[in-house]
Amino acid sequence: MAILADEHTRVIVQGITGREATSFTKDMIDYGTRVVAGITPGKGGQSVHGIPVYDTVRQALREHPAEAAVISVPPALVKGAVLEALENGITLAVVVSERVPRKDTIEFLEVAKVRNARVIGPNTLGLISPGKVRLGMAGGPAADVRKAYMPGPVGIASRSGGMTTEIANLLTTQGIGQSTCIGIGGDPVVGSNFLDLIPLFDRDPETKVVVLFSEPGGVIEEKLSELVMTQKLSIPIIGFIAGRFVDNMPGVRFGHAATIVEGNRGTTKSKIEMFRKAGIHVAESFSDIADIAKRYL
Amino acid sequence: MRLLEHESKRILEKYRIPLPVGRLVSPGELLKIDTPVMLKAQIPVGGRGKAGGILEASDAEDAQQKVSLLLQSNLRGYIPKSVYMEEKKTVRQEFFMGVTYDTVAKAPLAIFSPVGGVDIEELAQQQPELVRKEHFTVASRLPVHRAREIVAETGISGKLLLGLSSVLSTIAEVFLDYDATVVEINPLGLMDDGRLIALDCHMEIDDDAVFRHADIAALEKEIGRVEGEKHMSDFERRAAGIDNLDHRGVAGRVIEFDGNLGLIIGGGGASLTAFDAIRSHGGRPANYCEIGGNPSVLKVKELTRLILSKPGVDKIAVIMNVVSNTRVDLVARGIVKGILESGKNPARTIAVFRIPGAWEEEGFKILSKYGIPIQGRTISIDEAARIAAKNSN
Repeated sequence: MAILADEHTRVIVQGITGREATSFTKDMIDYGTRVVAGITPGKGGQSVHGIPVYDTVRQALREHPAEAAVISVPPALVKGAVLEALENGITLAVVVSERVPRKDTIEFLEVAKVRNARVIGPNTLGLISPGKVRLGMAGGPAADVRKAYMPGPVGIASRSGGMTTEIANLLTTQGIGQSTCIGIGGDPVVGSNFLDLIPLFDRDPETKVVVLFSEPGGVIEEKLSELVMTQKLSIPIIGFIAGRFVDNMPGVRFGHAATIVEGNRGTTKSKIEMFRKAGIHVAESFSDIADIAKRYL
Repeated sequence: MRLLEHESKRILEKYRIPLPVGRLVSPGELLKIDTPVMLKAQIPVGGRGKAGGILEASDAEDAQQKVSLLLQSNLRGYIPKSVYMEEKKTVRQEFFMGVTYDTVAKAPLAIFSPVGGVDIEELAQQQPELVRKEHFTVASRLPVHRAREIVAETGISGKLLLGLSSVLSTIAEVFLDYDATVVEINPLGLMDDGRLIALDCHMEIDDDAVFRHADIAALEKEIGRVEGEKHMSDFERRAAGIDNLDHRGVAGRVIEFDGNLGLIIGGGGASLTAFDAIRSHGGRPANYCEIGGNPSVLKVKELTRLILSKPGVDKIAVIMNVVSNTRVDLVARGIVKGILESGKNPARTIAVFRIPGAWEEEGFKILSKYGIPIQGRTISIDEAARIAAKNSN
């Protein structure tokens, strides 16, 4: 089983005529994702890789019912696009766009909460449930996705899009498949963080173990450790925390917007300590991830 | 983007939050003062008072000297470019109030404490009952009645409750209107006549929202607004220049280290992973970097040449995660070209080349042609780092 989306999920792409969206729409279709319509205001009537384009989400959904939206529009337009999707009943929005103002993110997350919808991102490459569905651009062309990912019992949630594929690849090369792999997004505030996703994996009967890819910055790992300790989640978790050298470089921003040590906050040292305290397995080296995962399969 | 105190205070002024009378003084300016003043170095970092960045002066001569002193000081890594001079206010009590985002709860957070002028995080740890924190929503904002609820929880009542709640509600307005990520008044002072006054203010604006605030964008462009001690090294500056050669992909965030092994690594997460792994296997990196987004051959070539031009660096490790957008062949071509143009032998210079993914067959052909061993997707980042460390020691 997959969490969030599967082969039956019907998908619209907002901003489908953009360069990036045009390209990943093709990759999604090639992988078997049910892309039913695209939206670009002002470009209704066109088509992209055979997918009809509409001016509004309402028009698109009237002709092609869908549950999920992949959103790739310029930063200033993201809030409007997500709200449009949510108001028209979309229950899963994957926001690929980067550099979204934080207030806008919070604002559409407030609406998503009221409407009981889920948001992945912003600033995410998306998610893949191997063999079933892929939302966004994770993994690149379908042929490359098939090389790196395969169906199986390991869930992945990662603060880095590229490392989502890298972890899947590490597991696949050792014959271990994945249930659902999610790039949660590199911003300080994302729609679904580790705290939101781990319970979903915990409830999924087919996911036997979850791998988390973490970086310096923020306190989400610390909060997750508290959750694991108080709620006694039963799913085994493997945490890999990259960027240990960043602990000695406070104030320097790395990779993603959220990857920064501020004073003593956000160090990998504190994350590792908290993980250990909570019984989360810390993979000392990247290759250890696969070795630890094997113990639970 | 962190605003300077005087910039933040101009915003508070617009929202009619009472402030001490003050102005910026320029270096060498002849000062006339009749009452004691506070001289405050304008630097974009906290802990200014403890570092000696706030001085009191009682007459003009004293003030003049202290302004010059502040402008020559190195305070927490910054040399102040300006000094803000304010009338000295005597206060009966100090409070803390602030608004920020709780990134885990994904909501704005209002914070109030009847104890001000202290490090709020320390206080929250030692005496959590003195720090009141409550979430609110962007949609409902923080109306005065909500602010009143928060302040009243700390036991404050009467006229003071009304005054404090009004200021707290107002800074939440500032926070939302300006796309701030932090607005903090610490301390907010209570004067003998019962009025409240903002003695200091810390404000940070979301970098991704500056585009819709013309006034903040103008500040950001001001030359010589702040001067940090952390200068880029010459090497880092030249690397940044390479990243600006064209708009195709990034070959950026180069940070210099003192080792012997040059690194061309990417993207963000994989660079952090590879750097740690190389060190743990005993390798000594000469630099950190993040390439990605399919950089041009030109950029990769120039970055390779730059890294190889560092004294003592004769090996380069090339490690990326399985790529989907960046093309393996273009990176391979850039690196080989850079090595050849540096007058070196590619096979002997590359400590490891490990980039699987898009266009890998074409990339591997280029590597084979120059006798460079191919590490495919079955070699993990960690294993690649081990090989690189071994080949560079």
